[in-house]
Amino acid sequence: MGRTADVELRNVSKVFDNSVVAVDDVSLEIEPGEFFSLLGPSGCGKTTTLRMIAGFEMPTSGEIYIEGRPMGETPPFRRNVNTVFQNYALFPHMTVAENVAFGLRMKRVPRDEIARRVREALQLVRLAGFEDRYPRQLSGGQQQRVALARALINRPRVLLLDEPLGALDLKLRKEMQLELKHLQMTVGITFIYVTHDQEEALTMSDRIAVMNAGRVLQVGTPLEIYERPSSRFVADFIGESNFLEGRVTGLNGQQVTVVIDDRVPVPARAQDGLAVGEQVTVAIRPEKIRLRPPGMERTDGCVRGRVEEVVYIGTDTYYLVRLTERCTVRVRVQNSQNRLDSGEAVGEGAEVLLSWVPETAMVLKA
Amino acid sequence: MSTTATTAPQTAPLATRRRWRLKPGWLVLNSNVLLTFLFLYAPIVILVIFSFNASRQQAVWVGFTIEWYEQMIRDERVIAAAKNSLIIALVSTAVSTVIGTLTALALDRFRFRAKTAFEGAMYLPIIVPEIVMAISLLVFFNTSFNLLDRWLGLTLKFGLGTITIAHIAFSFPFVAVVVRARLADFDRTLEQAAQDLGANEWQTFRYVTLPLLMPGILAGALLAFTLSIDDFVITFFNAGIGATTLPLEIYGRIRRGITPEVNALSAVLLLASIALVLGSVLLQRRR
Repeated sequence: MGRTADVELRNVSKVFDNSVVAVDDVSLEIEPGEFFSLLGPSGCGKTTTLRMIAGFEMPTSGEIYIEGRPMGETPPFRRNVNTVFQNYALFPHMTVAENVAFGLRMKRVPRDEIARRVREALQLVRLAGFEDRYPRQLSGGQQQRVALARALINRPRVLLLDEPLGALDLKLRKEMQLELKHLQMTVGITFIYVTHDQEEALTMSDRIAVMNAGRVLQVGTPLEIYERPSSRFVADFIGESNFLEGRVTGLNGQQVTVVIDDRVPVPARAQDGLAVGEQVTVAIRPEKIRLRPPGMERTDGCVRGRVEEVVYIGTDTYYLVRLTERCTVRVRVQNSQNRLDSGEAVGEGAEVLLSWVPETAMVLKA
Repeated sequence: MSTTATTAPQTAPLATRRRWRLKPGWLVLNSNVLLTFLFLYAPIVILVIFSFNASRQQAVWVGFTIEWYEQMIRDERVIAAAKNSLIIALVSTAVSTVIGTLTALALDRFRFRAKTAFEGAMYLPIIVPEIVMAISLLVFFNTSFNLLDRWLGLTLKFGLGTITIAHIAFSFPFVAVVVRARLADFDRTLEQAAQDLGANEWQTFRYVTLPLLMPGILAGALLAFTLSIDDFVITFFNAGIGATTLPLEIYGRIRRGITPEVNALSAVLLLASIALVLGSVLLQRRR
């Protein structure tokens, strides 16, 4: 790569006193200026990973490098990283300005420089004029921005964010997502962002590491993670997926054929190391499936089914379609027409044909 | 119309039944409150009133005067006793506040062997009857003074020093209890945030932990001060000759009959205690 990674984890594990394995052999490289998300359900080890980078927890084994230097037992106050905590952790006995100035004061930066940088930092997060307020006099969103300013004023190499938007309501969260992303591009600092919200991770990140049970399952761009999930967990946790279990019957260049329940053949994207006869799972996202009335049959890649349920959700309509006795798929169709005028094109009980571009269906080893 | 007709007979007996059931309870509870207040505060109120009575006789109200207070201020023995009380209270408060705060921090932050046993032992002075504490301290001082005399030829005597040490011994657990209550809802992430921002352990303690604990520490200190100023039993046993505090002075005078000066002195002591405890409670409430 030429450049050294800002943060690198090599085979890092964390076992707590009660022998709970929180982080299990995690290796990651985070590039300078990257917006990197650790995404996973609660208890997956993402926060512990972040706390180890910050220095609040020490790895049981493995090593963490920041700017190429091994951190070992380096305490938090000697690491060139800053953290935005989940509950903001603003000092309640200090004003906004005192909170923001804290890091510089500890480093004995001259007073006039502190004043200037506090002003800049508060302008950056659009809180100029709030210098003399106390944290309890601010709204959740404002406290959030103070926490950001307090961390960014130190010009850290890496900013660690632990579910910073978790306590905000949905609308404010959406606003802050864009604002955070914008801020990150302005200051050019590496962000490592912990979240359990897959939509948030997809919206903001350059790259995402999906974690479960202490392990990193997949690292990639939002596109890669969404379009090419490498495991059933990732396909299920990020967005929605149908899982069809079957056996590989045909390999044909870019395409494989998997037979569901020994009866229904479906096409999917080819993958290295697949063999005919292998038991696999095909993952296909509901919005990738096209749904048509029968009679326009094509020779390849069409699957026949019966609509069992129709759910209208405004932007889209969900169809639950039964393929075999044991197998149903959810299909998501965008409502590009006014459904009041067009009526229900396909009702419950209707026979339909399902098709998809084979590349959109991923084969996961069972 | 039909609905009101059917509901009316139902509600009427219900209401009367409820009123009957509540009335005796209400009476007992309220008279209980009244009697409690009477027993607790009537003597105090009478004491304060008679400290303004323009008569040497106790039982008869003659007229209002502040003569007894003026006499009290001019009385050299009272002034000496007050001075002793203040010196003892200030020193013992300062020391027990530091020890109590450090004890609370140690108990909150560290896990060590026999922690529960230590905690129980520390709270003992709060539970142990004061007379037992007083005698055990007396025996302790006597024994150690004897040993010091025999081994090192040091001759130590009872006095302000022994009283101060005794006061530290019984008041620091109170400080520890109050500070621990404050620590119980202390947000440790604030300390982590400070460290994250480059503060070392000392700076974290100095700029974050200590200021946030300060209301609890001050409340504990006021409590320790009140306990020291008011203490009689333990002071009495460990005072020796010549070291007289205000409560000891009052006791000494009472033996020669209750005088209005004693009432005045007690009233002043009462006022000081109320002010200190009130301050302590207000500080503990502060967020």
